[in-house]
Amino acid sequence: MGQINLTQVRKVFGATEVIPGIDLDINEGEFVVFVGPSGCGKSTLLRLIAGLEDVSDGKIEIDGNDATRLPPSKRGLAMVFQSYALYPHMTVRKNIGFPLKMAGMEPAEIERKVQHAATTLNLTDYLERRPGELSGGQRQRVAIGRSIVREPAAFLFDEPLSNLDAALRGNMRLEISELHKSLKTTMIYVTHDQVEAMTMADKIVVLQAGVIEQVGSPMELYRFPCNKFVAGFIGSPKMNFIEGPAAEPYNAHTVGVRPEHISLSKESGTWRGRVGVTEHLGSDTFLHIHSDANREPLNIRAQGEFDVAYGDEIFLTPDESRIHRFDANGLAIR
Amino acid sequence: MARAVSSRRKIGFTILGWIVGFLIFFPILWTIIASFKTEAEAIAVPPSFINFDWTLENYITVNTRSDYPLHVMNSVVISVGSTILALCIAIPAAWAFAFSPTKRTKDVLMWMLSTKMLPAVGVLVPIYLLFRDWGLLDTRTGLVFVLCMINLPIIIWMLYTYFREIPVDILEAARMDGASLPKEVAYVLLPMAVPGIASTMLLNIILAWNEAFWTLNLTASNAAPLTAFIASYSSPEGLFWAKLSAASTLAIAPILIMGWFSQKQLVRGLTFGAVK
Repeated sequence: MGQINLTQVRKVFGATEVIPGIDLDINEGEFVVFVGPSGCGKSTLLRLIAGLEDVSDGKIEIDGNDATRLPPSKRGLAMVFQSYALYPHMTVRKNIGFPLKMAGMEPAEIERKVQHAATTLNLTDYLERRPGELSGGQRQRVAIGRSIVREPAAFLFDEPLSNLDAALRGNMRLEISELHKSLKTTMIYVTHDQVEAMTMADKIVVLQAGVIEQVGSPMELYRFPCNKFVAGFIGSPKMNFIEGPAAEPYNAHTVGVRPEHISLSKESGTWRGRVGVTEHLGSDTFLHIHSDANREPLNIRAQGEFDVAYGDEIFLTPDESRIHRFDANGLAIR
Repeated sequence: MARAVSSRRKIGFTILGWIVGFLIFFPILWTIIASFKTEAEAIAVPPSFINFDWTLENYITVNTRSDYPLHVMNSVVISVGSTILALCIAIPAAWAFAFSPTKRTKDVLMWMLSTKMLPAVGVLVPIYLLFRDWGLLDTRTGLVFVLCMINLPIIIWMLYTYFREIPVDILEAARMDGASLPKEVAYVLLPMAVPGIASTMLLNIILAWNEAFWTLNLTASNAAPLTAFIASYSSPEGLFWAKLSAASTLAIAPILIMGWFSQKQLVRGLTFGAVK
């Protein structure tokens, strides 16, 4: 259960083509993350799979059955919304039990399953409360509870953590990953946050302007980005792109080096530069260095504490084995 | 100092509020007072306010001369019936306008509202003839139908504005949770829209209760609601000032009491769309 295949799925809103045609296979039990900048069509793609939007063209199959024209209620998928979309007039118990009630299940059976979900999600003390009386994290858990009780073929998450504060976001990320490990159900997760994509996904789908740029495991995308867009989108801080004379020795139009793949030295190195702003995080130090290699300052990540002052002269050496080369069209040269 | 000024202003506005309120209420108060006078006192100049012989005579006459309970019943059936019928049509319509709009939605909404701009008398003859041919003259059914049609645009507009305040995510969540369209409406949309539906209902019951043009023209006696009952005391010959007042008091009493108890919803209903 949970195999989803998209064939030439296209979506047009009025005169604008949001998704020109996507082919994608999502395997059973996979945690797939759709990632991309806002407006790239990732949420639309999720809504097409959910059935909340009609596809303009193409085919969506769920577990081998054509679901292209099925209404959302008949697709057997569960969705967690960015806004949580809890039913404000129902208690937590009723919210979680709602999908089961819609499925016509016996009240006793509903009660048992709601209790089970509430125990899993630490919600037992809040069952009689209404969504308005819960914190953001608790609401998020209720939304997840509502989606797991029904044992759907796949879970769809639409930027579920973007309304939470940073600390809670980290926790919920773990909880969702944990949930995926224990349920082993297909999950499709939409986010614009590449950290969420990298940490949670089995498979990342990078989208831009409705087109899939690259599909692969987080480490594949990190190591072998197929173009400049993916290279720049995956990884934090962002990859440095160096054009012009400094790229020529590498036979490329542009070379890309991740901030963590450049070593610093006060004596000698490939490129010379001056230290700009430094950000000390304790575990890492982020340096912005104005160098003769590039017009833009380079971002460098040094492990641990790194002691330099603003304006110091410094030498940079990229890790040759970790240099990414791109042609004039931004495509990776392998 | 700022405090003192603001409290003085507050007192000023309170007094002003009471004065305006009293001015608006005065005609009703005057009608109620007049209903306890004799016909002679009711037209006396200068009018007396309190110091006259209070009498219930008018109420007795009015009750013996006409069938008050029948008219109340007619008013209740017509106003409540037409509102419920209209809600049954308006809820699905407003759902479609609010949650499944098309390019033409705005136009259709404006067109519906434009029907309210037509003077009712303009369609009196055709409707009268239709009612005559279909045997609907002086029937409650006919009035329920006609008042439903008249108030439908307002009901749809009101519900449309209320529905639009409901986040569409929640309805989509219901769809994802396996709810069919009727269940989505019954379990999620309607419970969330209860305050809006309640104020729409109240406002329209009042509108229908007070509607005089169609009720006067399409009824004679059997289906005549309270509006017709009042009108029967407004005669070009003879002096029925006090009796008319008694009839009016009896006619507005039920709706006045209902309005008093549902002030909150009414205010929300009357200012719909004004505050987002």
